[in-house]
Amino acid sequence: MANFSIKINGKTQELEVDGSTPMLWVLRDHLNLVGTKYGCGIAQCGACTIHLDGNAVRSCQLPVSAVGEKEITTIEGLSENGDHPVQKAWLEEDVYQCGYCQAGQIMSASALLNRNPNPSDSEIEDAMNGNICRCGTYTRIKKAIKTAVASDNAS
Amino acid sequence: MTLIKTSFNRRSFLKSTTLASGGMLLGFSWLASCKGKTEAELMQMPKEWFDINGFLKIGDNGIVTIMSPNPEIGQNVKTAMPMIVAEELDIAWKDVIVEQAPLNTDIFKRQLAGGSQSIRAGWQSLRMAGATARHMLIAAAAEAWQVPAKEITTSNGVLTHEASGKSANYGEMASAASLMEIPEEVELKDPKDFHIISTDRKNVDGLKIVTGKPLFGLDQKEEGMLTAMIIHPPAFGYTFKSLDAESAKAMPGIKDVFPIDVYPEGVEKQWSDGGGIAKLVAVVGESTWQCMQAKKEVKVTWEKPDKLESTATYEEALTELLDTPAKAPARKDGDFEKAFKGAAKVIERTYSAPFLSHNTMEPMNFFADVTADKAILKGPIQTPEFLEKTLASVLNMPVENIDIMMTRMGGGFGRRLYGHFGVEAAVISKKVQAPIKLVYTREDDMTQGTYRPAYKVRFKAGLDNDNNLIAWYVKGVGTNDDLIFENRFPAGAVPNYLAEKDMLQTQITTGAWRAPRSNFIAGAEQAFMDEVAEMAGKDPIDFRLELFEKAITAPVGDPKTNDYDPERYAGVLKLVKEKSNWNQNNGDKARGVSAYYCHNSYVAQVLELTMDRNKPKVDKVWCAVDCGIVINPISARNQIEGGIIDGIGHATYSQMTFKDGAPQQENFDSYHLIRNQEAPKEIETFFVDNGIDPTGLGEPSLPPIIGALANAMYKATGKRFYNQPFILEKEVVG
Repeated sequence: MANFSIKINGKTQELEVDGSTPMLWVLRDHLNLVGTKYGCGIAQCGACTIHLDGNAVRSCQLPVSAVGEKEITTIEGLSENGDHPVQKAWLEEDVYQCGYCQAGQIMSASALLNRNPNPSDSEIEDAMNGNICRCGTYTRIKKAIKTAVASDNAS
Repeated sequence: MTLIKTSFNRRSFLKSTTLASGGMLLGFSWLASCKGKTEAELMQMPKEWFDINGFLKIGDNGIVTIMSPNPEIGQNVKTAMPMIVAEELDIAWKDVIVEQAPLNTDIFKRQLAGGSQSIRAGWQSLRMAGATARHMLIAAAAEAWQVPAKEITTSNGVLTHEASGKSANYGEMASAASLMEIPEEVELKDPKDFHIISTDRKNVDGLKIVTGKPLFGLDQKEEGMLTAMIIHPPAFGYTFKSLDAESAKAMPGIKDVFPIDVYPEGVEKQWSDGGGIAKLVAVVGESTWQCMQAKKEVKVTWEKPDKLESTATYEEALTELLDTPAKAPARKDGDFEKAFKGAAKVIERTYSAPFLSHNTMEPMNFFADVTADKAILKGPIQTPEFLEKTLASVLNMPVENIDIMMTRMGGGFGRRLYGHFGVEAAVISKKVQAPIKLVYTREDDMTQGTYRPAYKVRFKAGLDNDNNLIAWYVKGVGTNDDLIFENRFPAGAVPNYLAEKDMLQTQITTGAWRAPRSNFIAGAEQAFMDEVAEMAGKDPIDFRLELFEKAITAPVGDPKTNDYDPERYAGVLKLVKEKSNWNQNNGDKARGVSAYYCHNSYVAQVLELTMDRNKPKVDKVWCAVDCGIVINPISARNQIEGGIIDGIGHATYSQMTFKDGAPQQENFDSYHLIRNQEAPKEIETFFVDNGIDPTGLGEPSLPPIIGALANAMYKATGKRFYNQPFILEKEVVG
């Protein structure tokens, strides 16, 4: 057990936990931020995607001891009221079926738009290829990202 | 308007009213749905609710809570079922709050997610629930205003008596309505007056999904709750022998490690216990990560059986079964053998498909709090009623003392029909005398499956000199499953028809996987049909339409035995032909067509692709669907799109293989699920508008797409694809 001070969703959280614990389980079990999902535990499905200094990372492969000063954003911290352009686009296109993978999808999509506000179709596919949707909402995911781009360009 | 008798449900409604006041709905009180609401929104919440019947309650301000009876696995019944109630209640959709109902067999019928039947089976009772409440509101208003009930109209939650100029919203009459007699019969709306049904309504859980609220079983957290994990045998056929858990028990956060008898001798199991294993090892601790680490330290000795099964064993055994003459035909019209021998042209083909894992994105899990005289369970389950029955036997407890609540599920696909994990959770909770949440790792989930069976099917067909189909033979075999629906198309359209089936008993547990049997037989049949049409020198759509014409005008055998309506079948095929401009030349893009009927809905598809080396890149799918009345088009299209992507993905890339009983795929690094880049670029769906009572959509779009894909891949490559997965991983990489 060790003590850690981690910046999550704009707040500093004090933790006493084994340093090897992946951020996924720190978020879910210790901080009750359960929007970040467990899917595979080996960085293959993307359900646990969070932002580390704005970049999409798989929290199941990020030990709490490796976070340091970097800032973490989870789905709960992406916006105050679900009004981030990507969240709004997801609502607009009614993307989800079971909904389980969608927090990870939204975190990957929002990180993509952070670094590339106008991605091409193949750039969208590349960025989203690490996020599995077992229900098969891929066509809606692609459409929603374009909707988010269009709304950003319009505003 | 249609008048329908309510007598069947009157008793249950009455019961429900009594039960509701007894706190039956407490676990899912409306307060729970207020979490995350702003203060302004909370201000609009009613101060008092009135139970009208088990399906709905009306607040004093006119807000209505509608219970969604069935489990939600992503098929979106949680939006669609309440839409039907709201329609007949005649309330504005914006004034509706939806809650997931707990298991309550006194009020609700068939609280089960499976077979694409929720909407079809619930249609009448959901309409009746809404219409009965509307009737009671009108009766209350009639009494209050001293006017004839038949002169009162409703619209968007407002009662009006035009002659006297009186009006009131539902909230004002809710208290009086809740005391009204439940009517003997009620009037249902004319479908042309629907204003909620057949309009796009967004998923009621949408905002919670995009903001990461705790909706799923894995998200549940209760006071004093521990985490539990299981260790199951490493191979099918192994059984528990002994355990050395001393070092694991000493690890941080670990409370206990022990063997559990999930299904002790003499327990009455249900079909829904599926591949549940009788004896397992449980690890209980404070956190998920600690349990995961401890699992690695536990040393379990397993009893090894004399015989273990492998994929190669099944390959041989299933082929042998195909070659062995069947004991009796499943269906026989005319004389197939004679017609086949005398045919001008003949063709024979064999198709195969591997085991598949369900791989719901949310691994199996369940919350259980079992004390001496009470069991509270909560989690993702497609068959809560059956879980309750098994629990009653395993815990030796009356069902009245068992409460089961359903969480939103991170996918089902049939996996959560088999609720052995709920039983495991209950047994563990009872042993440690604490509330626990059982969590499967992805590896646990993938390697203790109730898999889609492995299948093989052989077809033979014969044409006469005029290229008419005169002989058709099908024999299907599978592991623990016999594959064939002998009365489906083309039965009834071919004069000499023979269907046979058989099954191979295996140690690998198998069960329903999205569109059971259809998920393989449809693609194989529709790929074979393509070859037969080609042999006949006919356009594949025209060839199929000719057969439907025969089934309509001169059916073989008694048409009632045929499990399809040839006119509706032909209808979707004609619609997709028109919408895809089938006859137009598309340059370098290859197209395939397919049509299938299952789960009471008709689907026809045209798929267009280009090949990228040996991988299919699907550019577009046109899909025509006849499911009768479409309840919620935006979500109905989503189901169709999902089924198409699911079908393409599994047929192209996915398989479970076994060596000496051990699953060879354990996680998504070795099990290829379709990904974003591999999904179709575009899917366009067209619904037949015929006003027929609605049927389901969770499954029907998956089976045929595999045929359309195989047929388009043939057009692009000149090669037929008989064995799934069409593309093996090593070929893609190379």
